[in-house]
Amino acid sequence: MSTTQHDMVNRAEAGGHHDHHEPPFIRKYIFSTDHKTIAKQFMFVSLFFLVVGGLLATLMRWQLGFPSQPMPGGGVFPDAMMAPTPGGAIMLPEFYNSLVTMHGTIMIFFAIMPLLVGLFGNLLIPLQIGAPDMAFPRLNMASFWLAVPAGILMLASFAVEGGAAGAGWTSYAPLSASGEYTGVYLGQQLWLVSLAVLGFSSLAGAVNYISTVINMRAPGMTWFRIPLATWALFITAVLVLLAMPILAGALIMLLFDQTIGTAFFLPEFDGEPLLWQHLFWFFGHPEVYILILPAMGIASEVISNRARKPIFGYHSMVLAIIAIAFLGWIVWGHHMFQSGMNPMLGTSFMISTMAIAVPSAIKTFNWLATLWKGDLHLDSPMLYAIAFVSLFIIGGLSGVYMASTPVDVYIHDTYFIVAHIHYVLFGGSLFAIFAGITFWYPKMFGRLMNERLNKIHFLLTFVFYNLVFWPMHNLGLQGMMRRIYDFTQYEYLQPLQPMNRFITICVFILVASQSLYAISFFWSLFKGEKATNNPWNSNGLEWTVPSPPPHGNFAEMPVVYRGPYEYSSPESDTDFLPQTTPPRDRPAPAPVPTPQGA
Amino acid sequence: MSERPFGTRYALVAVALLVAAGCGGGEPGGEAGGGEAAPMESPVDPATAGHVSAAVTFSGTAPTTAPINMSSERVCAEKHATQPTEQSFVAGPNGGLANVFVYVREGLGDLQFPTPSAAVVLDQDGCVYDPHVLGAQVGQSLTIRNSDGILHNIKASPSENRPFNVSQPVNMDTNRSFSVPEVMIPVQCDVHSWMNAYIGVVEHPYYAVSDANGSVSLEGLPPGDYVVEAWHERYGTMSTNVTVATGQTAEISFEFTDEMAGSYVPIGAPIDLFHPDGHRGVDHP
Amino acid sequence: MNWSWMLPESFSTFGGEVDAIYYVILWVTGIVFVITEGLLVYFVVRYRHKEGRKATFDHGSTRVEVAWTLAPLFIVIGLGVASKGVWDRMKRDVPDGALEMIVTAQQFEWHATYAGADGVLGTDDDFTLVNELHAPEDRPVLVYLRSNDVLHSFFLPEMRVKQDAVPGQEIRAWFEAVQPGDYTLGCAELCGTGHTTMNGTLTVHTQADYDTWVAGQVAQQQ
Repeated sequence: MSTTQHDMVNRAEAGGHHDHHEPPFIRKYIFSTDHKTIAKQFMFVSLFFLVVGGLLATLMRWQLGFPSQPMPGGGVFPDAMMAPTPGGAIMLPEFYNSLVTMHGTIMIFFAIMPLLVGLFGNLLIPLQIGAPDMAFPRLNMASFWLAVPAGILMLASFAVEGGAAGAGWTSYAPLSASGEYTGVYLGQQLWLVSLAVLGFSSLAGAVNYISTVINMRAPGMTWFRIPLATWALFITAVLVLLAMPILAGALIMLLFDQTIGTAFFLPEFDGEPLLWQHLFWFFGHPEVYILILPAMGIASEVISNRARKPIFGYHSMVLAIIAIAFLGWIVWGHHMFQSGMNPMLGTSFMISTMAIAVPSAIKTFNWLATLWKGDLHLDSPMLYAIAFVSLFIIGGLSGVYMASTPVDVYIHDTYFIVAHIHYVLFGGSLFAIFAGITFWYPKMFGRLMNERLNKIHFLLTFVFYNLVFWPMHNLGLQGMMRRIYDFTQYEYLQPLQPMNRFITICVFILVASQSLYAISFFWSLFKGEKATNNPWNSNGLEWTVPSPPPHGNFAEMPVVYRGPYEYSSPESDTDFLPQTTPPRDRPAPAPVPTPQGA
Repeated sequence: MSERPFGTRYALVAVALLVAAGCGGGEPGGEAGGGEAAPMESPVDPATAGHVSAAVTFSGTAPTTAPINMSSERVCAEKHATQPTEQSFVAGPNGGLANVFVYVREGLGDLQFPTPSAAVVLDQDGCVYDPHVLGAQVGQSLTIRNSDGILHNIKASPSENRPFNVSQPVNMDTNRSFSVPEVMIPVQCDVHSWMNAYIGVVEHPYYAVSDANGSVSLEGLPPGDYVVEAWHERYGTMSTNVTVATGQTAEISFEFTDEMAGSYVPIGAPIDLFHPDGHRGVDHP
Repeated sequence: MNWSWMLPESFSTFGGEVDAIYYVILWVTGIVFVITEGLLVYFVVRYRHKEGRKATFDHGSTRVEVAWTLAPLFIVIGLGVASKGVWDRMKRDVPDGALEMIVTAQQFEWHATYAGADGVLGTDDDFTLVNELHAPEDRPVLVYLRSNDVLHSFFLPEMRVKQDAVPGQEIRAWFEAVQPGDYTLGCAELCGTGHTTMNGTLTVHTQADYDTWVAGQVAQQQ
């Protein structure tokens, strides 16, 4: 076994922890160091924030669908958000700007990122590589418990005078640098502090994931036998490690500008607003790859398994992940084509941005080729994963338009961009999250999810998702700007009212449909069909242990003989061949008990 | 590390952090109208009170005031029969100077005055603040009214009080109040850059704003010696001593002159970081 | 509801070039969209699990990987190269003889400063209007873009112009209108609570009408 696992065994034996008695409730469920528990903690908290983010979007869509009209039930909101008028409660522009800001912030930082990196990173990495836990279990616990106060601070910012941050999730200076410009004072500062704290949470996680993957792989688990989910999470962790400090620096600089009189971004004292944009997007672009790579990894796992076919081009898939991560550092300027930076930089960023479309295309073709001549079991995880591919294609193709600098002149800061963002983040990442939660649900909870409810949820979500976001391409092409409280102020946009109303109604239905997944989730916890170790007949190491796995995961040290995608192999009597099954022509070595299993 | 209450220790730390994070969240200061009148009586005995009458005049060459071009907001332009002019200098035919804020600055000692329950109203009508200069007591409700039905924002930039920047997209009222005395607080609209107003916040009811006749009256003062100050947005401040006797009206006068133009005008935070002379709306190339 | 992917008409000289690149991309992405989504649907239907179906044990093909790496690379780089010329013309190469004006953005108005009758900015006959841009047709207009407070974005959709206004900088943006009419001026960068109302009008005159208009404005100033 690897050096680190050897050391862990020695230390464990020296500490006299052979016999694991049951830890107290608070150590088992609240302050747990078990990666599987921490994964679930991330999951529940993130799903809560996903709901919050969705509700914020619903409020936003009310204003866009029915501009400045009284909202039913609006009276429950404080006057600073929805102003009481004789006709009813009307949303105020400053609240709309906060909704726009907080929807983006909460979805990106408190929903999608912790679901992909916190849930799946924690759940899958040790199990898929054959490790008993993460390299630094207590650091892992700290990572979760730093994220929680960050979330509380973010939510608390709604309650302070001046309201929550209202300068967009991108928080461009100088708008964000002084409350004089927005009417938001403490709210903007809480936003900055919250994200800085979250950054530390993410960094702790990244350190853990990288150390674990490098050091704690079971015997035989060479680099090119690692499943694509872990590969993606590993590369993502490297991106997190390198990108988060830049964000932290920028956040602190902006906080200083707001509070202690510095002028990094304030032009009246010779600061430079564009500096914020460079710093933010130098972090921000790797960030969006942090938000998609794990989703791609999950999709590969689910598609290969449910197609009963090896992933097509495994090595290319790994190289593509690395290429995306690498190229992701040199494209940030495409967010700034119209920003006033030297237009000649626009050309270089255009070329690199066009280039980064290629590895994503490669991955898409490989998924399609995996489906080709497969044996496709179209249960709910597979449906979500196929939808991921289909919607990611649209999101990726729409990116080509904005990569072209002259076309970007027209569509920058319009709803065309909003459509692109949501096709990759919702159509992409969130559908993959649904696939992943459904697929690994039995491993987490020992029960299968309700297939029928999931399928209805899938159908409703897929249909209404497209009805909401596809027309946003059209709105953008007609010239509708982003972050605009009342587009009817512009005469040329007034014809867009019916489409906006249509989108709003579809959003109501889309959001309501998500309750089906929630019902399926909670119903299945208690009434779901009990799961065996390997309900999907999968090859990965996580499916060789009970559902859910015990503390320490593996009673015997796993030995790996092959890659994770040997489905329908002629070497096997069935249509799968687990990584740890010894080859027919070699005798199995004597099993080595792990300290946890002894 | 043995199975001591390491979990309990972490729990206590976490709870302490959460409590610390929860406290210190903003109390919504100045929110829904401070009209909760202190149930106290006025400390002044009307039988012994006196009055001050001030005459506010201007002498010298009147400055030119620029006309306001409202073509960018048709709804408001249509409300004006003649083209409006900016209100930084308004004088009457007999030399009276309007929009001068006159108030008692010293002499009331430790007297505490009840907060009026009625609100002071600042109306936005025809994209003009009405009144242009107004006064309010500490804690008194200020009702900001949008009578135009189009988007206005109201940005107050005090230096002692909490600043705010709120918007009103339709006909509606918004209530604020100020908790600290301050003379004067600039207010502006960013959607219509020619709109501005000034609010004087004092702890007592002895303030008034002059009209075009230049006459101001402070009634019901306890007998004693006072310093009364007059503030004008272009000409700065003047103050004078006055003694009030029971049942008598003391007469004072403030004569602003054109030589005072450009003198220091105390207002809250500068309206405009890029244009520290404070004038917006009329473009200075 | 307009589901069309056709762009609204453009009315500037480089508008046609911008739209042409857009339509090339529309064709390319449209074809890729139809092929990939079509294959996806086909595969899902054709290869769905039936009793007795067995998947093909196929790990991939290096030749295929190279092919579908190079082909997209060629296409997207081609799109980039095609775009570069248009971009340079829009953002870098201002034509000679442009009519100059200063546009200053501030929360929440556009202040447009015109050179007046002498055609020179910075002289006494300059005049400034709020939310009103005027320009002659068939003549390049060079805008010196400034901001007094926060970031704004100078957006003339029908002219295919968009340029962020950055406080502390003066940024040049230009266009040449090809047809008289009234067009939209908007702000395309969140700038505060009044962002939604920061709209104005661009009026393009014939050259003669423009000169008349300027004369009228200068006279009004006196």
